[in-house]
Amino acid sequence: MNHAVEFQQVSRVFDTVHAVDRVDLTVAEGEFFSMLGPSGSGKTTCLRLIAGFEQASAGCIRIHGRDAAGVPPYERDVNTVFQDYALFPHMSVLDNVAYGLMVRGVARAVRHRQAEHMLAMVKLADFGGRRPAALSGGQRQRVALARALINQPRVLLLDEPLGALDLKLREAMQTELKALQRQLGITFVYVTHDQGEALSMSDRVAVFKQGRIEQLSSPRELYNRPRTAFVADFVGGANVIDASLAQSLIGRAQAFSVRPEQMDFVSEGDGGIQLTGTLVDVQYHGAVSRYQVALADGRQLAVSRPNLLDATQVAPEPGQAVTVGWPAHAMVMLEA
Amino acid sequence: MAIEAPDPLHQHGLPTAGIRRRLASLLYRRQTLLLLLLLTPPLLWFGVVYLGSLLALLMQSFYTFDDFTMAVTPELTLANFRAIADPANPLFGANIDIVLRTLGMAAAVTVACALIAFPIAYYMARYARGWQKGFFYIAVMAPMWASYIVKAYSWTVILAKGGIVYWLGQALGLNALLEAVLSLPMVGGSSLSTSNLGRFMVFTYIWLPFMILPIQAALERVPLSLLQASSDLGARPAQTFRTVMLPLAFPGVVAGSIFTFSLTLGDFIVPQLVGPPGLFIGNYVYTMQGAVGNIPMAAAFTVVPVVLISLYLALARRLGAFDAL
Amino acid sequence: MHSEARAPLWLKLLAYGGLAFLHFPIVVIALYAFNTEESAYSFPLQGFTLDWFAAAFGRDDVLAAIWLSVKVAAVATLASLLLGTMAAAALYRRRFWGKEALTLMLILPIALPGIITGIALLSAFKLLAWEPSFWTIAIGHATFCVVVVYNNVIARFRRSSHSLVEASMDLGADGFTTFRHVVLPQLATALLAGGLLAFALSFDEIIVTTFTAGHERTLPIWLLNQLGRPRDVPITNVVALTVMLITMVPVIAAWKLTQGTEAVAGSGK
Repeated sequence: MNHAVEFQQVSRVFDTVHAVDRVDLTVAEGEFFSMLGPSGSGKTTCLRLIAGFEQASAGCIRIHGRDAAGVPPYERDVNTVFQDYALFPHMSVLDNVAYGLMVRGVARAVRHRQAEHMLAMVKLADFGGRRPAALSGGQRQRVALARALINQPRVLLLDEPLGALDLKLREAMQTELKALQRQLGITFVYVTHDQGEALSMSDRVAVFKQGRIEQLSSPRELYNRPRTAFVADFVGGANVIDASLAQSLIGRAQAFSVRPEQMDFVSEGDGGIQLTGTLVDVQYHGAVSRYQVALADGRQLAVSRPNLLDATQVAPEPGQAVTVGWPAHAMVMLEA
Repeated sequence: MAIEAPDPLHQHGLPTAGIRRRLASLLYRRQTLLLLLLLTPPLLWFGVVYLGSLLALLMQSFYTFDDFTMAVTPELTLANFRAIADPANPLFGANIDIVLRTLGMAAAVTVACALIAFPIAYYMARYARGWQKGFFYIAVMAPMWASYIVKAYSWTVILAKGGIVYWLGQALGLNALLEAVLSLPMVGGSSLSTSNLGRFMVFTYIWLPFMILPIQAALERVPLSLLQASSDLGARPAQTFRTVMLPLAFPGVVAGSIFTFSLTLGDFIVPQLVGPPGLFIGNYVYTMQGAVGNIPMAAAFTVVPVVLISLYLALARRLGAFDAL
Repeated sequence: MHSEARAPLWLKLLAYGGLAFLHFPIVVIALYAFNTEESAYSFPLQGFTLDWFAAAFGRDDVLAAIWLSVKVAAVATLASLLLGTMAAAALYRRRFWGKEALTLMLILPIALPGIITGIALLSAFKLLAWEPSFWTIAIGHATFCVVVVYNNVIARFRRSSHSLVEASMDLGADGFTTFRHVVLPQLATALLAGGLLAFALSFDEIIVTTFTAGHERTLPIWLLNQLGRPRDVPITNVVALTVMLITMVPVIAAWKLTQGTEAVAGSGK
């Protein structure tokens, strides 16, 4: 079986900047695939390469086995949900959704019936006559989705589609998007900078850094087994202990990561692996509190502890000297 | 979300592979080709028609004009430029008079426009709101775009003997004052419509909107918080105006002055209709090429406003006017 | 920038006084067009009549001048719509060598005094041995009208999101279809506004035209010739009012069309 999308050593160079730098990846048919990374990491450029808005400077892109070089966007079996939704402001919602059929010469009555069907699917059945400007952000997002899906693409590209929505709506849409993808069986390629979004919806996640893929794995593995310091920090907000400190702690010059919730305050001499420092800041997050600890050499550690309704739990105060410890199994060894 | 898979749509078939589609794809792949196709017509027009004409003009300024046969021959000479730039040349005195007369008027008109425009622009930017905003904008735009020749004509009507101004003077008993002003040297003349004062009024009127809009645009960009900060720090309103508002509005004034200065410098219709005899640069060029047929001299003389405006633009750039355009 | 304070009275007086000054000559023209007096400009006006309108529009020279001006303005507007839109489409997104120089070149015909553009075109026509005609006038007008369309269209291009074009292509439309269904509707009011302004600019132009017209008489040139002939004062007044209206209405319409989107671009007339 062909892969839905395949990148072989793909680069995209703007002037002298390598926006995408020798990327290899494959997206399986029907997969929910996320590209995660900070802004400027190359994830959106990768999406635009698949859509056909950009052409690769080097390497080969295949979409369902077909070489995509020189194929314009309008000849690709791929549709996009844009970050700003890109709804045509001069058309009604119905005409927006029907646009893909209109440009293919589908008769007015037929395409409008289809568009109404799509609108019903995204729960906007009665909104066809409105202008996009008369819709809320969440509704526009659904229209954009319906418009992209009407052509029945085999791959749907989503460029930070939830970025402009508020938190509650974003969480609801995550569930709906995932359900939709499962139901339609379409391949989703999803670009986001929000690790929570990527972890909760995806089958696999590619973490981008400076135009390269840092790690490509399942969400669970990404979180539990980060391979590099960047992934450990960006995905899990984990503490990274560098090679020199590791040498003195565990007798091995290899960096490792420990997640904040695996660390705790201990008494000196409790055993296990320990570091001492000064508590500099406490952030209260409700369920947990986050403690920022400065080590003697200036390095900082984050410790996360649940806030229990337990009088025996004594929280240290900022300025206090503390000892931080963690079990050996909490350490994830990182690549150099 | 209640989801139903939509009906299969793929029977609608593949995109048409006609010539049009192939051309579209070619242009999409070769964006530079598309750019070239878009740019070629305007480039040809401006490169050939316009720049070509300017070059033709510049070239002819070095041609020779024979005073006796009144014929132009393509023998290159610097004589035309000497008549403007060389004090030893017999024509220099008359020519420099023309330049100074025009320059003086352009400067006076620019100052007057700035003084009249500022309060209007200030009111527009700071106090006009809602419908007033649109009203003021269109009330400045409409006279600006209204026919230039008709506006000039209207002033000949207004300033005519027995016309509105004289009638008003009589009604208010101010005609003696008007006569006194008109008897002044430089400013005056035998009547308003043949005086420098009249010409100055017409110029100021016609170019005034070109000064209002850039000042208004500059003032519009001054955030209110800046003025509040100034008064919060203890400045009295007059101090705020002088130390915050005026410096920030100044680039707008300079931008507007580019228009008023350059437009006055090149005009030859208003000097023809209103004011005393004595040529402006524009009239001289017009007469030289038309009645006299000395295109080389006319061409050489057009270099004068270009040089003056370039100098002015260089000065304006240093004063930061281009940020306000 | 808005302050909550009320404007001082003197400032209000200066502002409204300035507006009155700007409109005073326009009102004067409107009044004199209905004046019964035949050969002078005396004030107060002598009486009210509509007769001069019939007389003016019955004169062949007036009608011929109007017709010529309309034709020239129509051709110049059409040419500047094409050239200005092409230039705007090419320049708004891509950056390339010489772009600044190109933009400057578009602005130059209105930035330089009209007399330079006029005499330059005339000398070029003479070199080519082209007799002044309808076409030499139209070429001159198109040259300085392009920038008006260009300014309006490029402002609209900059304001509308490029992702609309990408969305259209993504949904299966090629460049031509996208232009027709997405780009053109986006530009429509900007094109109309730019076209109206170009028309008004051309209709009224006199400085460049005096050089390129030869013996042809556009309406402004007819007016200019008329100013030395007191016997036709009433006709002149009526024509002046007509020209005034033809140039003022498009700018108000253009403002209405672009209201809420951007200022009428191209205020540098």
